[in-house]
Amino acid sequence: MFAFPLKVGDTPNDGGGSVDISWTPPVHHPTSWILVRREQGGTFAPVATVDGADSHYSDDSAQNGTSYEYQLVASPADPALDSEVSGPARSSVNLFDWSKLNVLVVAGIFFALLFWYIRKSEGGVKWVFRKIPGLDAIEEAVGRATEMGKGVLYVPGVQDIDDIQTIASMILLGRVARITAKYETPLDVPTNSPGVFTVAEEVVKSAYADAGRADVYRSDQVRYVTSEQFAYVAAVNGMMLRERPAANLLLGAFFAESLLLAETGHAVGAIQIAGTANVHQMPFFVVACDYTLIGEEYFAASALLSNDARLLGSLKATDSVKILMITVIIVGSILATFGQTWLGDFFATQ
Amino acid sequence: MKREIPILITLVSGLFMLLAWFVPHPTVRSAYEGLQNWAIVVVGFTYVLGVANLLRINVRQVSRKERDWPYKIVLLAGILVTMAVGFSEGNHYTDVDSRFQWIYRTFYSPMTATMFSLLAFFIASAAFRAFRIRSVEALLLAIAAFILMLGRVPLGAAIHPAIPAAADWLMEIPQNAAKRGILIGAALGVMATGIRVILGLEKTYGGGES
Repeated sequence: MFAFPLKVGDTPNDGGGSVDISWTPPVHHPTSWILVRREQGGTFAPVATVDGADSHYSDDSAQNGTSYEYQLVASPADPALDSEVSGPARSSVNLFDWSKLNVLVVAGIFFALLFWYIRKSEGGVKWVFRKIPGLDAIEEAVGRATEMGKGVLYVPGVQDIDDIQTIASMILLGRVARITAKYETPLDVPTNSPGVFTVAEEVVKSAYADAGRADVYRSDQVRYVTSEQFAYVAAVNGMMLRERPAANLLLGAFFAESLLLAETGHAVGAIQIAGTANVHQMPFFVVACDYTLIGEEYFAASALLSNDARLLGSLKATDSVKILMITVIIVGSILATFGQTWLGDFFATQ
Repeated sequence: MKREIPILITLVSGLFMLLAWFVPHPTVRSAYEGLQNWAIVVVGFTYVLGVANLLRINVRQVSRKERDWPYKIVLLAGILVTMAVGFSEGNHYTDVDSRFQWIYRTFYSPMTATMFSLLAFFIASAAFRAFRIRSVEALLLAIAAFILMLGRVPLGAAIHPAIPAAADWLMEIPQNAAKRGILIGAALGVMATGIRVILGLEKTYGGGES
C-alpha cells in the first residue's frame, strides 16, 4: 500500500497561529490517527489524536513563521497505513478576512449611496416615501391620550442598550417625548435594563428641555423595573391595569412577552402601536395592536418622523440597496437555474 | 461640548468596531474584544444607577403612602432581603443548597412560570380575534391557520396524508419567503440606523436633537 499525501497550508483568514492539514483517508483506515509534527530538521512529536475517518485538522498550536512538517501515524500502530511526511507549512497573520469580502462590498456600496443621497438631500432634493400608517398614528395616539386626560406608556423592549433595536427605540422615544412634552401628556417609560434606563432618562429629559417644557418633566417618568423578562411583564401589565394609559407604544426588541403585553393593552382599551424587527413576534403584534411597524418600517420610523433631509437621504440609500438586493436575488436565481452558482456562492456568508 | 464628545467617541469606536470585524490581526482583535469588555463593565456600573432609581421611587411612594403603597414594601423587602442573603453567601450563592437558591426556587421560579403560562390564554384570545373573517386577507389567514393546525396534529394525517404535506408547504414556501423578505429589509434598516448613529446624523439617543 502507498502512503497517502497530506495537504498542508496556513489557515486562511485567521489571526495566525494555525496550520490546516487535510487528507483523503484510505478506505481501510485505522481507528484513529496520531498527528505528529516536526520543525524542519527536527524530530517528530505528537500534536493531536484524530478520528480514523476524519479528513481535516487545524493545528492551532503553531508558531507564526516557523516551518512545520506533518505526518499521520496509524493507531494502533501499522506503518503500512501511515501518511507521507508533508511538505513544509508555516502559519502567518492575515490582515483581511477574505471570507467577509461580500459583506464589505455590500457595505461599501451602501456607504457610497448613503453619502451620495445625503449630498443630494443637502442640495435641496426632496424624496418621497410611502405613508406608514403606524407613524401617523403616534401623534394621533398622544393627542387621544391628551383629550382623555390619560397617559402614554412607552415600552422599549427587553434587550439591553447594545442591541440596535433598543437604540432605534431610544431614538423614537426622543421623538415621542417631544410630542408628549408639547401636549403636556404624562409619559411613562418602564425599562428592563439599567443601561436602557440611563439612556432613556437622558433622552426624555433632553426632549422635554428641547421642547421648552423642562418644567413638566417628572423624575419618575423613566424608571428601572427589573432585568427579569417575566417579572418585567408583570410590572408593566400591572401599570397598564392600574394607570389605564390611553396609548401603548411597544417599540423595541420583544420575545415571549410580546403577546402578554399587547393583549393586556388591548384589554384596557389603549390604542396600541408596536414596532419590532423580531420576525417571530410580529404576528402577535399584528393581531393584538392597532398598528405595527414591521422590520424596516421600525428602523425607518425615526428618520420619517424627523423629516430631516439627511436622515431621509439615508432611507433612500436603504431603498436603493434593497432594489440592488432584489436584482441580485432574481439574477442569481436565473443563473442557478442554468447551473451557474458563482453569484450565489459569492454572497454566501456561511 | 456635552453633546459633541459623546458623538466623537461613538464615531471613533463605531468605525473601529466596523472595520475590526474584517481584520483578523491579533492586535486588532485584542482591541476589538477589549472594547466589548469595556461595554460590559460600563453596563455593570449602570446597575448601581438602576437599583438606586428603583429604591428612590418606591421609598418615596411608601413614605407618601401613595396608591398601592403596601405592595411597594413587599417589593423593597424582596430586593433588600435577596441582596443581603446573596452578599452574605459570597461566592457560594450559586450552590444548590444555598439560601439564595432557595429564594430563587421558592419564590422567583413559580412566579415566572405563572406569568409565562398565562401566554396560553392570551394566545387563545388573540387567535379568536385574528380568525374572525372580516376581509379576504383574514379569510386567507384563517384557511392557512386551519390547515397548519390540522397538519401539526395526528388527526390531520388521519383525515388525509396531504394535510401535513400542505402544512409543511405553507411553512417552507410562503411563510419562509415572507419572513426572508422582512429579514432582508430589517437587516438593511439595521445597517442604516447603525451608520446614522456612528456618523452622528442621529443624535437623539444621546439626548440631543437630530
